[in-house]
Amino acid sequence: MEKTINITLKVWRQAGPKAKGRFETYKLNNISTDSSFLEMLDVLNEQLVRERKEPVAFDHDCREGICGMCSLYINGHPHGPDGGVTTCQLHMRKFKDGETITVEPWRSHAFPIIKDLMVDRGAYDKIMQAGGYVSVNTGGVPDANAIPIPKAKADEAMDAASCIGCGACAAACKNGSAMLFVAAKVSQLALLPQGKVEAAARAKAMLAKMDELGFGNCTNTGACAAECPKNVSLSHIARLNREFICAKLKD
Amino acid sequence: MWLFNSSVGRKVVMSVSGAALVLFLLFHGAMNLVAIISEEGYNMICEFLGANWYALVGTLGLAFLTVVHIVYAFILSVQNYRARGRERYAVTDRQESVEWASKNMLVLGFIILCGLSLHLFNFWYKMQFTEIMHSAGASINDIALATNGVHWIKETFACPVYVVLYLLWLGAIWFHLTHGVWSALHTLGWNNNIWMPRIKCIGNIVSTLVVLMFAAVVVYYFGLSLGASCMLS
Amino acid sequence: MAKKKESAVETAVSAVETVVKTVRKRVEKVVQDETTKEAVEAAKNAAEKVARATKKAVETVVADDEYVTAKIPEGPLAEKWTNYKAHQKLVNPANKRRLDIIVVGTGLAGASAAATLGELGFNVLNFCIQDSPRRAHSIAAQGGINAAKNYQNDGDSVYRLFYDTIKGGDYRAREANVYRLAEVSNNIIDQCVAQGVPFAREYGGLLDNRSFGGAQVSRTFYAKGQTGQQLLLGAYSALSRQIKKGTVKMYTRHEMLDVVVIDGRARGIIARNLVTGKIERFFAHAVVVGSGGYGNTFFLSTNAMASNGSAAMQMYRKGAYFANPCFAQIHPTCIPVHGEFQSKLTLMSESLRNDGRIWVPKKKEDAEAIRAGKKKPTDIPDEDRDFYLERRYPAFGNLVPRDVASRAAKERCDAGFGVNATGLAVYLDFKYAIERLGKDVVEQKYGNLFQMYEKIVDDNPYETPMMIFPAIHYTMGGIWVDYELQTSIKGLFCIGEANFSDHGANRLGASALMQGLADGYFVLPYTIQNYLADQIQVPRMSTELPEFVEAEKAVNAKIDKLMAIQGERSVDSIHRELGLIMWDFVGMARTADGLKTALEKIKALKKVFWTEVYIPGSRNDLNVELEKALRLADFLEIGELMARDALNREESCGGHFREEYQTPEGEALRQDDKFSYVSCWKYMGEGQEPKLLKEKLDYEFTERKTRNYKN
Repeated sequence: MEKTINITLKVWRQAGPKAKGRFETYKLNNISTDSSFLEMLDVLNEQLVRERKEPVAFDHDCREGICGMCSLYINGHPHGPDGGVTTCQLHMRKFKDGETITVEPWRSHAFPIIKDLMVDRGAYDKIMQAGGYVSVNTGGVPDANAIPIPKAKADEAMDAASCIGCGACAAACKNGSAMLFVAAKVSQLALLPQGKVEAAARAKAMLAKMDELGFGNCTNTGACAAECPKNVSLSHIARLNREFICAKLKD
Repeated sequence: MWLFNSSVGRKVVMSVSGAALVLFLLFHGAMNLVAIISEEGYNMICEFLGANWYALVGTLGLAFLTVVHIVYAFILSVQNYRARGRERYAVTDRQESVEWASKNMLVLGFIILCGLSLHLFNFWYKMQFTEIMHSAGASINDIALATNGVHWIKETFACPVYVVLYLLWLGAIWFHLTHGVWSALHTLGWNNNIWMPRIKCIGNIVSTLVVLMFAAVVVYYFGLSLGASCMLS
Repeated sequence: MAKKKESAVETAVSAVETVVKTVRKRVEKVVQDETTKEAVEAAKNAAEKVARATKKAVETVVADDEYVTAKIPEGPLAEKWTNYKAHQKLVNPANKRRLDIIVVGTGLAGASAAATLGELGFNVLNFCIQDSPRRAHSIAAQGGINAAKNYQNDGDSVYRLFYDTIKGGDYRAREANVYRLAEVSNNIIDQCVAQGVPFAREYGGLLDNRSFGGAQVSRTFYAKGQTGQQLLLGAYSALSRQIKKGTVKMYTRHEMLDVVVIDGRARGIIARNLVTGKIERFFAHAVVVGSGGYGNTFFLSTNAMASNGSAAMQMYRKGAYFANPCFAQIHPTCIPVHGEFQSKLTLMSESLRNDGRIWVPKKKEDAEAIRAGKKKPTDIPDEDRDFYLERRYPAFGNLVPRDVASRAAKERCDAGFGVNATGLAVYLDFKYAIERLGKDVVEQKYGNLFQMYEKIVDDNPYETPMMIFPAIHYTMGGIWVDYELQTSIKGLFCIGEANFSDHGANRLGASALMQGLADGYFVLPYTIQNYLADQIQVPRMSTELPEFVEAEKAVNAKIDKLMAIQGERSVDSIHRELGLIMWDFVGMARTADGLKTALEKIKALKKVFWTEVYIPGSRNDLNVELEKALRLADFLEIGELMARDALNREESCGGHFREEYQTPEGEALRQDDKFSYVSCWKYMGEGQEPKLLKEKLDYEFTERKTRNYKN
């Protein structure tokens, strides 16, 4: 009943940040089409361990598409060819028997490789630290229902907030820009009255940090939104631009 | 200065200069259409926009915008290339919703620049530039031709090579603008989920309009030249 | 032992002192009033109080090392926390800067604690094993968070939330802790909204609520099906703000490998930098651990791949008690196991049971035909379908609590009626809901869940019934803590799922998020000061002290030992084996024999692990296999501890079901007279049997009842 396929994997191997990387080719037989892409990599690793070789290092954790830890550029797409999913939700039934699958790490100046397919996405944390918050201390806040928020705005804020910080936007972008990530947070907080107070300062600070960390300039190609596993909309970038330009014009 | 040292600022410069150039194209295109309706009328416009101070100021302004647009394009492209990192992807695939033009704006821009040089040589050099040289005291054979735009149009578009080149050029402009127009508005923050498809539609209409206006003149005069040669033979 | 007696005597003395004070006050008042009657009454009361306090103190002394006390403040239930806060010791702002606190973990509990302690002005060192604090597995919680706001005006109150939680936990949780949890639940919602968490709203702009299992009111706040994500990102943003301010220093990709205890107090940790493999030492005046649960002992669970119980075991080995290890929750609606390569299980929201009907074929031959792929579920006519939950529990039907639904599914599958190729699944059918409500309504309610199911299983749930099976989801047990969330080691605190305190033997839906944030935002930042107030004179210690050196040496020795084995077995293959043992013998239904078998099998597997495991690569590099091996070494110990605890607890309660203790209808049978206590396991040394200590659970404010879902 279970369908299986044979595949050839071309996987990027790199011993460390400074080391020179290369593609290694592996053949895998009888992979269940019901298994997820990462489970297929588990099988590969199990095989490598049996051959007393070093397994492929890759980031992953929750394996249900929400933690944002998994990455991988598969056959020319971040998170693989299936739309609206992360790599951990991608299943092998999306591939054909005998197919060659190329697996690469995120490639971006701001995401240096740690090992094999693992990259350092600390840059996103740094952008968040620059202003991705509402400045409230614990305690001493008003009642949750004190400020009504229109449902449409709350829903749009939720759409922006669904960003999982995986880095696919910057990885997909031909300009290596992190605009969709920054825009999602700026937009979420600018839409809500709680975040509106600091919206201008936030947009400036987060954008300045993004530029400083070596991300590219957005040219609105929309590859980020097309590859975003959570379908965060491109229109949030327009809101970020608006917030930023207004803030600068007021200065 | 944020227009120089922030990524959105740089994009604002690109979009404002780009948008201004699109407005110029609309104006230029509308003016060209006159050449189809009335040759005299067109030549009047040519005279009006000759080596007068306001036309010269306008030309300088345009040149400035063009240079800024091009210089920024190169700066942004270099920065973006660096941001991708040293190692490139071995396999890339296109995303369905991503326009081809949006990924090739620099290449398109380069083609447009080549076309522009040709265009400047064909028309501007022979018209406004000649006038300028003339008023500067250079000896010009036939100064009347400098304001006779229709003459140059006829001469240029009688040659099929030029027609093809101009049409190619216009094609590149069309691609460039289909992305450029909505992208400029998006960069300036005039967009949201509802307006996204509308703005893209507006962008397509504007770019098609611009290109059709120019192409009409090219095709019309090429046709005219064919007709003329038929009659001659 | 001597220390315990001392503390008991201390308690007695302080009780007497309180009484003396009270008496003096009363007498003074009486002298003013000149009413002798009242004086007599007051004296009487005072005498009674003395008697009670003395009795309690003496009991503690006599009970000696058998019993553990939780330092619960005196007074009526509703005033305990207020009183505690009013009288606890605090640290002044100038001193806060001089005090270091280590927080391990960045989930809801860890991140909120680190952020709040940073805001207060302490110097915080925060650790996580992932590449960013935002990845912690709290992020995967779907349903929502409970709070006693009563925004729906449906009769909710702090007491009702408290009562539902105690009852849902099958009367194995500590009253005072649970009441405090219910009290601060409202502050959590206020706090999160102020941080910009986009909770679902109604058209009027006010917050929306939904109902959840085990409650008669709608008190669950939610953000789509991603409540955990939004709450964690809220805490993460607060944490980011403190990192920017410099009050919190973040160490990502660092794994705690031991806690350092100096003179009986926790003073730091040993951690491994997962990128470089370097072992590093960190000092702090107090250590807080919020490292999550140990559900991955079962290999297949709804936990994240890196979720582990190692931090808990490190604390346990240093003397902290491990409480109620056998209380693990099994969630009934997970996507079934599909093959031997499976790495984890995916949860489908409990809300599906509101409209789906659960069934298996009535005839065994039908079940067999389905397993062989000869028949489809849609081929089975209604009269040949066994809606076993509706049959067994007419009153609650498909909406029985998680533990009951899980056991019923297992019973059917064990009896040979299971479906899927493996025979380990039951159907959750929406055919009837679609007939009744229409496809549109079903799609509106469950569309995103159906889509998720289809992505994973490649079946369309609108046309063919979903398949579900129970899976390990949450561990109620954990490190024992007192009312202040302090473990039995001074200066070592434990918060969130890692501790045991609030859920008893079973956790209600939407309560895990509540507890994590309550601990981190509103409880620990107070209680830790009561400890730290005495530590302001303690200077920062050098990490060259012998205790640090020793701890690092032990860690290094363990790693070297593992690396040197160079056997033939991969870490995962052994972990899978452990998972099967756990699932078969320490899973949903346990027996004395089975648990004894499990103990033997785990012991044998432990030997296999320590002689046959193979770890490639080097220890001085990023080495995922080594990380997994270190965690598995601890899972093996936890598995043993779980089995031991389950064997000791000769009753059925909440998530713990012993087949010997059930009613004739197959329902759980509690033994309140014998097991109304928290099992606290004390480590006695490598290879030694741990010692069982008990914390008595007195139900002063609630009446214990048997749960009934039949009528």
